[in-house]
Amino acid sequence: METDKNLDAYQEFVKGLWRDNPVFVQVLGMCPMLAVTNSAINALVMGGATLFVLIGSSFLVASLKKWIPKQVRISLYIIIIATFVTVADYSLLALMPGVHKELGAFIPLIVANCMILGRQEAFASRHGVRFAVLDAAGMALGFTLALFALGSVREILGNGSLFNIPLFGDTFEPWVIMILPPGGFITLGLILLVFNWAAVRKQRFMQQVAEAERETL
Amino acid sequence: MNELVWIFISALLVNNFVLAYFLGLCPFLGVSGRLDTSFRLGLATTFVLVITALCAWFLNTYILIHAPYLRLISFIVVIASTVQFIEMAIKKLSPALFKALGIFLPLITTNCAILGLAIFATNRGYDLVEGLIFALGAGAGFTLAMVLMAGLREETELSDVPALMQGTALNLIIAGILSMAFMGFAGLFSST
Repeated sequence: METDKNLDAYQEFVKGLWRDNPVFVQVLGMCPMLAVTNSAINALVMGGATLFVLIGSSFLVASLKKWIPKQVRISLYIIIIATFVTVADYSLLALMPGVHKELGAFIPLIVANCMILGRQEAFASRHGVRFAVLDAAGMALGFTLALFALGSVREILGNGSLFNIPLFGDTFEPWVIMILPPGGFITLGLILLVFNWAAVRKQRFMQQVAEAERETL
Repeated sequence: MNELVWIFISALLVNNFVLAYFLGLCPFLGVSGRLDTSFRLGLATTFVLVITALCAWFLNTYILIHAPYLRLISFIVVIASTVQFIEMAIKKLSPALFKALGIFLPLITTNCAILGLAIFATNRGYDLVEGLIFALGAGAGFTLAMVLMAGLREETELSDVPALMQGTALNLIIAGILSMAFMGFAGLFSST
């Protein structure tokens, strides 16, 4: 693995959390993202299931990459992912039947999360096992972070609670629209707006720094 | 008969796959820039949905009774190979249509609406006819959402939008408003 030499383990792990956040920056994996984030606990369980599937399949793909023929690689990745999703689905059914019922069809739908397939194709199939797992963990934690941010905003505004603990007392009138589908689209839109704003500000700041440096020279 | 009409209208409007279940968002946000391509993609997706409903029913009835834990794996394999097969068939039979669909055809495999349809139909225990009607309704609903979104996006391209809003953020907020409008259809069935 000649490409692994100039990789920094810490960087590969951290990039998924913020700089290349799969949801806020790459805008991938939207379907499960919006559908299950009507409460913080659902968002966390979904994030945990994705973490398990992504780390498991990245590990397997990175270790088997020498034996996977190029022509059928995508189908093989999908079968590997589907296997881990089945395991996650049945484990959740056994451990947390309540949450499993609420998430319903969206646990099996992790298979169709393009973020997971994207990591196999773009990273795990080209790097060693150690980096593949680190990258998967970073990306999945970034995904969970995004799910949790969206889920807690929607639960706080739409239900007046966080993790089912009421926050505002009896006088709070919940914004029901936030836990319904439109609230998901609009909240994510506004969060992306904040990210755009931060990116523009940073760019402007860097420009100012560059100009100031030029003037001092 | 009434039941079938209900399934169709429900999948088309009330429980629209894109705007109420968030299925198929990748093409919805990715390729809804032009009206004609979104319409064509919608039709191709509807076609794949119907074929998938047929395959899912066959698998559920004859094979998966014996091994329910293989459901997910067999569904995804069947969907991937169906799309591949349709791609080859269209290429052979109608090169013009194949050219018009272009890259969208293989992309349908990763559209979660397809797998979602197979899983929903299984969970609700639809028989063959109900499943096919459900697939038609879902496909028509997907096409409708795509076309509406593409129309709105063509409008926003002509108007003066603040630079910060451009791109996905604006599209998501438009989708939110569309979804709110579609929630109005929920009243269609409350009286019956």
